[in-house]
Amino acid sequence: MGSLLAERDMLWDAFTTTLTLAAISGLIALVVGTIVAGMRVSPYVPLRTLATVYTEFLRNTPLTIVFFFYVFVTPSMGFTFDYKVAAIIALSCYTSAFVAEAVRSGINSVSLGQAEAARSLGMSFFQNLTIVVLPQAFRTAIPPLINVFIALVKNTSVAGAFSVFELFAMSRRMTNVYSGDVLGILAGVALCYLIVCIPLGQVAGHLERKVAFAR
Amino acid sequence: MSTSRRLFLTGTAGAAATLALAACGGGDSEEPEVAEVDASEFPEGSTMAALAEAGSITIGTKFDQPLFGQAGPDGDPAGFDVEIGKIIAGALGIAADDIEWVETVSANREPFIENGNVDIVVATYTINDERKEVVDFAGPYYVAGQALMVAADNEDITGEDSLDGKTVASVEGSTPAQYMLDNHPEAELQTFDTYSNCVTALTNGQVDAVTTDNVILAGFVAADEENLKLVNDGETFTEEPYGIGLALGDDEFRTFINDTLQAAYDDGTWAAAWEETAGVVLPTPEPPEIDRY
Amino acid sequence: MSSGPVLYDVAGPDEKRRERIISVVIGVLVVAGLGLIGYRLSLNGVFDDRWLVLVDVPPNFAGYETHHVWAAVFRGLGNTLLAAVFALPLAALLAVVLVSLRASTIAPVRWLVTGVIEVFRGLPVVLMMFFAILVLPGSTPLIAVVFGLVVYNGAVFAEILRAGIKALPAGQTEAAQSVGMGPFLIYRDVQLPQAVRMMLPSLIAQGVVLIKDSSLGYIVSYAELLRSISRVADALTNAAYLLPLLTVGAAVFITLNVLLSRLAVWVQRRGGQRRVAGAAVAVPED
Repeated sequence: MGSLLAERDMLWDAFTTTLTLAAISGLIALVVGTIVAGMRVSPYVPLRTLATVYTEFLRNTPLTIVFFFYVFVTPSMGFTFDYKVAAIIALSCYTSAFVAEAVRSGINSVSLGQAEAARSLGMSFFQNLTIVVLPQAFRTAIPPLINVFIALVKNTSVAGAFSVFELFAMSRRMTNVYSGDVLGILAGVALCYLIVCIPLGQVAGHLERKVAFAR
Repeated sequence: MSTSRRLFLTGTAGAAATLALAACGGGDSEEPEVAEVDASEFPEGSTMAALAEAGSITIGTKFDQPLFGQAGPDGDPAGFDVEIGKIIAGALGIAADDIEWVETVSANREPFIENGNVDIVVATYTINDERKEVVDFAGPYYVAGQALMVAADNEDITGEDSLDGKTVASVEGSTPAQYMLDNHPEAELQTFDTYSNCVTALTNGQVDAVTTDNVILAGFVAADEENLKLVNDGETFTEEPYGIGLALGDDEFRTFINDTLQAAYDDGTWAAAWEETAGVVLPTPEPPEIDRY
Repeated sequence: MSSGPVLYDVAGPDEKRRERIISVVIGVLVVAGLGLIGYRLSLNGVFDDRWLVLVDVPPNFAGYETHHVWAAVFRGLGNTLLAAVFALPLAALLAVVLVSLRASTIAPVRWLVTGVIEVFRGLPVVLMMFFAILVLPGSTPLIAVVFGLVVYNGAVFAEILRAGIKALPAGQTEAAQSVGMGPFLIYRDVQLPQAVRMMLPSLIAQGVVLIKDSSLGYIVSYAELLRSISRVADALTNAAYLLPLLTVGAAVFITLNVLLSRLAVWVQRRGGQRRVAGAAVAVPED
């Protein structure tokens, strides 16, 4: 791991890039995914269809293909992004489908009486969703959402193969330059991912037990 | 992987490949001669004896470089590097069909050799001192030089000194990328996995120039003359001797490959291999002096 | 769990008409929006002759013809399936081993296995593939891909199985104990088979993730579907061809995965008749 210490500025840069990618894409995915989930439970068929197609399409397509699309194909369609921006779009798109699924199952877990009570007060679909159901849905959805976020942190590594200099890309450059210290470099990079992912996983597990208990 | 993949190939692509060879006339090549070799001719315990005994060899090469190593219609690579590989295999008594081609990208060539994943690497592989610490090189069998490629309508890049503030693409782990980092820190280096991805970025307008060896670039220009051009007709600013990478310390094998190359220089096989592949667009050079360090 | 509309009333005749009108309006807006995007894209030449690459490849430097393109697609699909076919059973095997060790009566073994599972789950699959290709002696791209898939999915399968075992009614274990079965036998003959059956839908759903992740092989130069088609685009040296080729690639993956997901639903339905699964339904991890 000596070579990583020697290049700790580069390591820090790469690590913060990984975290930035995850944080920004995570936020965008949360917003987009929640909207898509809302569309999916709405009374309007076209919105439902659109949302279903969107989630099914992205959930079943490999992230690598999504990346390829935003990095190399959209420019050939006349839209060019910076590589980091392209990576954020690809990650947000892909992750939003999983967010939508998590939120939707959260919505489904809210007891029927809640929505019925809201309806009996004359609330519209939109009021019902935003004021009554979603806040409760998020409580159950938080553990799965954390898991989605963990997956996102790990998925940022794909960006490394598409010209964003994050942890994985750094490990590739470093192992090439310091070929005597491959294990040390990979172990160091692995540690960076674990520092983020394992605690998050513990929190998710803890909350999951708590939610299960509360129900 | 090879067996199962081959099995699959025979089903679908095998027939296609035959058709292709029949169809594309000029492109199909005479396979280099395969020597009648008996494993016992080689010193006992040598790599040559082991390979000749096994009757197969695993060669790492590029799959995305026109003229040197590019996936052909049948899915196997074709180009000058590939021909060189066949010449060496042939000297070991191994037919072209018994070569297993493994795609190497710039960043994984050394580990592939060190781990024994491949027997040799013929992949536009520049001989340099850093690499010599971990692998050995036979050859060189060709000397290229770093050059610049830009969009056909680009007028403001005129050479390596006009790159300040420009975005230049090259491949992660390659010597040209390192050269850019060392000598042109004012230019923004954008690294990709493969040269083809660099070229895609250039045609998409995501980068201003692609830099790597002149012959690699020449292949891309030849394939898409409408959109791409070499800066100053391919003026080079470094020397990149291409070697054949093999395991560190295997001097016997290195000498054998060097002898094989020398023989190919002398009997015209080398020149023939060039003319069939890179020679389609590039003039035939004099074979370089082999460096038996 | 689809429980019919919860968030809005089943509409009466008036409401139904209103809803239909709004639906139509939204529908028109959606179609118009998509049309606008399509028009904008067509201005940029998206629907030009680049699609010919799928039916009638224009003459090119590399000598590719249409059937070569499709041969490359199928070769890539073959390699994708090959990696999955190796990785699935091996991951299942690893999972069973991990779960057994985790049920060990020796505490340090349990801790160690728990730690290993956490580490395997916490690392990017592509990093593990990269590790394999750099470090494992004699590894090929295929071995690297299978290694990454097995290590990660083995750990996830293990977690799914553990959730399944935990969800079994305590009576199962108690009954087995009362007939004198030891912990290992209980694990092997009573808990594991039931856990596998109960969690089969989750396991299949994770299989979808495995197949998708096989395309990370692109990054370690394994000639799976994506790499195979991108080689075609490379050889044709025209970035425009990436769109039609990638569309085909995505369609193949989606078809494959939708079929698998259907299988999961079918299995769930069949299993559901025997057991009311109020139990844990593990969400597949990506």
